Amino acid sequence: MNPVSSPYLHQSNSIARVMRQVCVALLPGIFVFIWQIGLALLVQILVASVAALVFEALALRLRGRPVRPFVTDGSALVTAWLVALTFPPLSPWWLTVTGVFLAIVIAKQVYGGLGQNPFNPAMVAFAGCIVAFPAFMSQWPSLGLSLSLAEQIEIIFGFSPRLDALSGATPLSAIKATLKMESFYASIQELLGSQNLFGMFAGRGWEWVSTAYLAGGLFLLYRRVITWHVPVAFLLTLSLLACVFWVHDPSRFASPLFHLFSGGVMLGAFFIATDPVSGCATPRGKLFFGCGVGVLAYLIRVFGVFPDGIAFAVLLMNIAAPMLDRHSQPAVFGTRGASREEKP
Amino acid sequence: MTGFLAAILVMSVGALLLGAALGYAAIRFKVEGDPLSEQINAFLPQTQCGQCGYPGCKPYAEAIARGEAAINLCPPGGDDGVRKIADFLGREFVPIQGGGEGGGPKPKVVALIREDRCIGCTLCIQACPVDAIVGAARQMHTVMTSLCTGCELCVKPCPVDCIDLNSVPETLTDWKWPCPVLADGNCPAGGNPF
Amino acid sequence: MALPGPGGRQLPCGRKPFLMLSRLFSFQGGIHPDSHKQESRDAPIRQAPLPERLTIPLAQSAGKTARPVVAVGDKVLKGERIGAADDWISASVHASTSGRVLDIAPCPMPHPSGLAALSVVIEPDGEERWIEREPVAYEKLSPEEVFRCLQEFGIVGLGGAVFPSHVKLKAALRATEDLILNGAECEPFITCDDRLMQERAGEIVSGIGILADLLQPRRVLIAIEENKPEAIRAMRDAVQAADKGFRVAVIPTIYPTGSLKQLIRVLTGREIPARQLPTDLGVQCFNIATAFSIWRALHHGEPLIRRVVTLTGNVARPGNWETAIGTPIGELLALAEPRDDTDGIIMGGPMMGTPLPEQKAPIIKASNCLIARSPALFPPRPEMPCIRCGSCARACPQELQPYELYWWSRARQFERLADYHLQDCIECGCCAYVCPANIPLVQYFRFAKGEIRVRAREEKNAEQARERFEFRQFREAREKAEKAEKLAKAAAAQAAKLAEAREKAEKTAPDAAPASATTTTAASPEEAGKAAVAAAVARAHAEPVAQETSPAAPTQETEARVSGPEKAAPAS
Repeated sequence: MNPVSSPYLHQSNSIARVMRQVCVALLPGIFVFIWQIGLALLVQILVASVAALVFEALALRLRGRPVRPFVTDGSALVTAWLVALTFPPLSPWWLTVTGVFLAIVIAKQVYGGLGQNPFNPAMVAFAGCIVAFPAFMSQWPSLGLSLSLAEQIEIIFGFSPRLDALSGATPLSAIKATLKMESFYASIQELLGSQNLFGMFAGRGWEWVSTAYLAGGLFLLYRRVITWHVPVAFLLTLSLLACVFWVHDPSRFASPLFHLFSGGVMLGAFFIATDPVSGCATPRGKLFFGCGVGVLAYLIRVFGVFPDGIAFAVLLMNIAAPMLDRHSQPAVFGTRGASREEKP
Repeated sequence: MTGFLAAILVMSVGALLLGAALGYAAIRFKVEGDPLSEQINAFLPQTQCGQCGYPGCKPYAEAIARGEAAINLCPPGGDDGVRKIADFLGREFVPIQGGGEGGGPKPKVVALIREDRCIGCTLCIQACPVDAIVGAARQMHTVMTSLCTGCELCVKPCPVDCIDLNSVPETLTDWKWPCPVLADGNCPAGGNPF
Repeated sequence: MALPGPGGRQLPCGRKPFLMLSRLFSFQGGIHPDSHKQESRDAPIRQAPLPERLTIPLAQSAGKTARPVVAVGDKVLKGERIGAADDWISASVHASTSGRVLDIAPCPMPHPSGLAALSVVIEPDGEERWIEREPVAYEKLSPEEVFRCLQEFGIVGLGGAVFPSHVKLKAALRATEDLILNGAECEPFITCDDRLMQERAGEIVSGIGILADLLQPRRVLIAIEENKPEAIRAMRDAVQAADKGFRVAVIPTIYPTGSLKQLIRVLTGREIPARQLPTDLGVQCFNIATAFSIWRALHHGEPLIRRVVTLTGNVARPGNWETAIGTPIGELLALAEPRDDTDGIIMGGPMMGTPLPEQKAPIIKASNCLIARSPALFPPRPEMPCIRCGSCARACPQELQPYELYWWSRARQFERLADYHLQDCIECGCCAYVCPANIPLVQYFRFAKGEIRVRAREEKNAEQARERFEFRQFREAREKAEKAEKLAKAAAAQAAKLAEAREKAEKTAPDAAPASATTTTAASPEEAGKAAVAAAVARAHAEPVAQETSPAAPTQETEARVSGPEKAAPAS
């Protein structure tokens, strides 16, 4: 007979609950995304969710692990939603499915399933697909594009031809493209304004999506699903770097505000870099992790080939996370000596 | 031509320098004694039982260090012990030969002399590798339980078969919490992580 | 109540106002579980009936097991000593009632293993005849004598660790700044200290007075969690009545404030360094129930034979019962009428308690609470993989990283656990309480601690065996060498004798040597030859042996070298 040790009391918390809260926190972002960019996102989320659950169940079956508890824990859904949100909303269905396959099977189950993945699954999907299918992954719909849901579905499932008009420029890619052509503007704001891409304070449309992500992130902080360390370190580092370059040359470098509210920064800061499994766990480690993501994201975004750098920044920092954790162990109770004595 | 010569010159000087450095390091950082066998000996359970075919743990460790003996000859150490030596030497793990069920270490036993039958022949005293048996000729012998390693070497020499090997009963102070058991009945520790 | 100090001296604590508690401090981590105290809090303490058999274990304190001083068949009185303290860190054990000793044998213990330990089984005669109870005039005794008394009365810490109180007191005698009385009772479900403070505050405060007299601390703080308003009021009244400057400190309700180091941190703001005792910092902490039993012992001459036990959980009538030590837990819990779906008993609280597989196991000095468990009360939760969310680290009052400890425990990499301070884990259960993956973290840590303990012992044993084996080899070598030396000496002596004989023979007939040469050779031709050979052999062997077996410490090298002459010796 095996005695079961105390404690017998438990907080009513579970991994499924944590994942549900993350999904809830993503909802504002999804709503604004649909409102600003298009209903196609909904289709993508649906495709990705179904694919994720199917892949998860299949992989668990193949690995001889219990299927039910792991399919219902919600982690596959979070990954699927993140894949759907980071992929262009009108990308063909098979691209989304490929992305989900990369995330669930390659990045997660091959490494041992929930809790064992060294890399963020959604970011593996994004990085894998942007390298393998760069054309599809850069086809972001132009903001003015008004297609009915039926038309969008037809495009996603390949029943109607992929129009050129599908691929408008995102604010970030516009900056890259225009600067390459050596055209001169007084500031990035003016540059984007000339293409009708600048909104109130950042990229038109996208600024509100980012704001909604920020709201969702604050909800996660409030519910203590995540801690402040990674988002604050990430956003601060990014703004600081952006500020330095912007002050140096506003005609070539965008303002910190623009950087914070464009691309995947807000999504990355609150939903991706905070992934506990592949990130750091100690408070100091999280700060380092956030700083690292911020620096790398800015460098890749501004000086790299890709329009945005969150995915690669997060993946690179994932590699460093175990080392950061190891070297940032906090002091335990009773080892700080007199330094803590007076502080209440 | 000079380039060719220069290359040869540079390479030779480099070789000489590096050789000298290596030679110096070999002398400067020379490791005293025979640390390999010492380190292997530290992994052995020191029962001195001779089940490996060597007269004690140290000779077995030396034999492993010389590459003469297999690493899986120590039943008291069990698979855990083999694993440690295999890790240390960078060798493949081999399951133990003999030993307890399932490759685990043999359950710990201690020798106990049935004192009414002991004739005081001192043969067991001579056999005990750790001097855990006390007594004199024609006097009754006793095993000091705390020192007995359970090596069984005293059993054979006894002419009247008065030595038993008793398993050590678990007491409250020895008891330890078992590893948690998962719902599927597997103990996760050391096993397949999810 | 005014107590004169030792030797009639007025105690400083009576005159000098104690330093006021200006503020409380906090510790990191901790949790706020449902207290579940309302079930049993309002029922007054009742006297539990005597069972048919009392099983009183002899090991009821930390340290050495008491030595039985009664025999099977003896009649014992209530409060009579049945086990004598066998060491300084040991406390006596007493009969909880009058009756007959039925047996002295190993009986199942209230322990998760259900293993047995030596106990005295008493059949009560129902008469409850006491021993002669005499109050101890502790004011007139030296502290040392008071400590001996407490040891004799079997006084141990009733907070759960059952550490003999006299040992703590003696260690604290040097210098105690803060004397802390722990009435926090931070674990859910348990209310025995709460009830004790509500009903017997006066006696508790008198007991605290004795402790204060002994230790002469600068401050006396009685810590009570704010969720016990009645106990706080009762204690405040009693403290005011005693008028000795004790202070009731109301501390926030957060588990585990009742844990020693956390409580000291909350009250004084000081952190007891890892692997140090509060005594080292001039802080001493006792449970309020211990203070109560000290008062009963010294003022009424009653040894520690009863304690208040909370019966709660899945029962119809939760409450607190003053119970004789040795009462079987199954019988005691029956008083609270457990419901039908009860599937086990937990001793202690739900956070740190132990499951009891044996219903026959007795109530001991450490038992503060029995919880009837049921699947509805403590639903089983399937273990999921760790997602490193860090909730456990934020909840840990010792500021450890439980997810790292879990990782290495599970991988059985016990060496690595020291890097993450497993030894500082107090097993409070906060980490497992908050874990969203429902990992039984504490059990992993207990498992790892047990393995580490066993491995350390095995290593020590192996080291001892190796030393003894090597010494034996050295001894055998030395014996061989000594034997060889002896043989060589004997041979040399014989050779010398022969040579002498021959010399004599030569001296007696020096002139006739050529003439008598034939005669001498004729006289002993063989003998002379033998002597010559023996002398040569002896010389050849004796020299190296003499060199090597002389004082130098024998090594394995000598063993190899002396084996030569030894082999040759029988040949000569």
